[in-house]
Amino acid sequence: MREMSDHILIGSAREGRSARFPRWILLLVSLGAILFQVYVPLFFQFLSYLELPLLVTLYFALLRRNPVSGLFVGAAIGLAQDSLSHQPLGMFGIVKTLVGYFAASVGMRFDVDHFAMRLILGFFFFFFHQFFYWVLARALLGQQLSFDVRQTLLFGLLNAVVAVLFFHILDKLRERS
Amino acid sequence: MDLLSRYRNLSVLLLVIFAQLVLLAYQVKSNQDVRLVRVWAVTAVTPLARIVESVRSNTVRALENYVLLRNLMDENRRMKEELGRLKVENQYLKSELGTAERARALSVFQSRNPSRTIAARVIGAGTGANSKVVFVDRGSTSGVMKGMAVVNPDGILGKVTAAYPTASQVLLITDPTFAAGVMSEKHRVRGTLKGLGQTSCQVDYIHNEETIEPGERFYTSGDDRVFPKGLPVGTVTVSRNGNPFKQVYVVPSGLQAGLEEVLIVLEGVHQPIPASDKAAAPGIQLLPPPPEDEPAGAGTPSGGRGTGTDADRLREHYKAVGAAQGHKFGEGLPGSKPPNFNLDPTQAKPAPAQPPASPPKPAGGSGPAPPAGTPAQTAPPEPAPRTP
Repeated sequence: MREMSDHILIGSAREGRSARFPRWILLLVSLGAILFQVYVPLFFQFLSYLELPLLVTLYFALLRRNPVSGLFVGAAIGLAQDSLSHQPLGMFGIVKTLVGYFAASVGMRFDVDHFAMRLILGFFFFFFHQFFYWVLARALLGQQLSFDVRQTLLFGLLNAVVAVLFFHILDKLRERS
Repeated sequence: MDLLSRYRNLSVLLLVIFAQLVLLAYQVKSNQDVRLVRVWAVTAVTPLARIVESVRSNTVRALENYVLLRNLMDENRRMKEELGRLKVENQYLKSELGTAERARALSVFQSRNPSRTIAARVIGAGTGANSKVVFVDRGSTSGVMKGMAVVNPDGILGKVTAAYPTASQVLLITDPTFAAGVMSEKHRVRGTLKGLGQTSCQVDYIHNEETIEPGERFYTSGDDRVFPKGLPVGTVTVSRNGNPFKQVYVVPSGLQAGLEEVLIVLEGVHQPIPASDKAAAPGIQLLPPPPEDEPAGAGTPSGGRGTGTDADRLREHYKAVGAAQGHKFGEGLPGSKPPNFNLDPTQAKPAPAQPPASPPKPAGGSGPAPPAGTPAQTAPPEPAPRTP
């Protein structure tokens, strides 16, 4: 158990170093994630449950290990997602801002290159994202949305699995230091 | 200030959250949208969406075209196979139809021709590069004998040169050793048909003075005692003077439609050669023959409108006058009363025969002399009116 926790927690300076990405990669991957959510469900309805913008926010926040950077990435992606939705601007922005901030904070303490940690974080932040959005919609907009916990947990697991694979692909785009 | 710098991250988070809450509150409160932010987002996303959609649609179209092309190729291959099969089937049906038509033509010809014939099928050809010999499936057991004629509805084909029990050998008319007596249709010129080893034959022994026209048909003359008279032989293609005889070439009509079914003439019956059908000659138009002439004498009292000279019509008139008055020319004695030639023979009643009034004069008179004092004596007989 102790050995396991040693692997997950950051144990060296190398592991605590933040990852760097070219700016165009950041922009292109974010746009691609939003585009995926807008475009792909037109042809594959079941893929609408895949929250790819959330996974992109999570990835960049975890690996930048900078809460300010993470919250801005989350805010930008969230607002862009809001812009393409029928909801007022700020709903996804606030939620993803929080996700970016907390994910960056977690990334400072855990080894986020580990696939198990990515799986757990993916599952956790998906549930957090959905729950907090539901809270905001009820509290700020007064919308009577339903929150199916079992379905959310199932989709959380699905997104966590996809997150592990997706993060592995995005790791290839990291700048070698 | 120190507090903000110490909790910089948290301060930024709260600031960003607060800003978004204000934005959200403004939208909810004023029920207005922040169009500018949405325009930015849409402008950033839609070009990519257009590119992706273009790539997707082109890829799908290419795949569809590929699949369609592949299906078309498969279908094309299937249709080619089907076409080939149908062609073979069509050829077979055409062959069957041709065989049936030839059999029917043979049957009709057999029933109409007075000669007794037996149908036979060509089952093989003879050996030899220049020989024109075939074998038919009828032999001596069917009554076939050497020297019998072999024909079909279109014309003569050859003659039996050997009869075996189940088959017979037939020498075709195109064989160089073949000969048959023929006669032309139009000018009734006799000649001898000889084979040349080619598709055409020659009619020999026709003098240069005889007239043979290209397109004229030849029929068998019956002189050879093999072919009954009146069977078609062929059509003249070339006719020119030669030395010592005219050079006449004929295309055999019997061989034009192939050689599969034939008739062997067991007992030949001569027939007349049909009259020349000039109307059938190409490029020549002939009117139909004129109607029959009206009977002689119709429409004229004396029957003078018929054919003949004026003397004939006058003789007919005198006969009518004599018959109307009961006078027979040549029977009265000289000096007896002649008939009145001025009376209309159609109105005059026949008078009873008068006895001769005087004895006949001695020989030397030229005829009966009219009695003196009678009108007939004074008035000479008028000539019969001429009819146009």
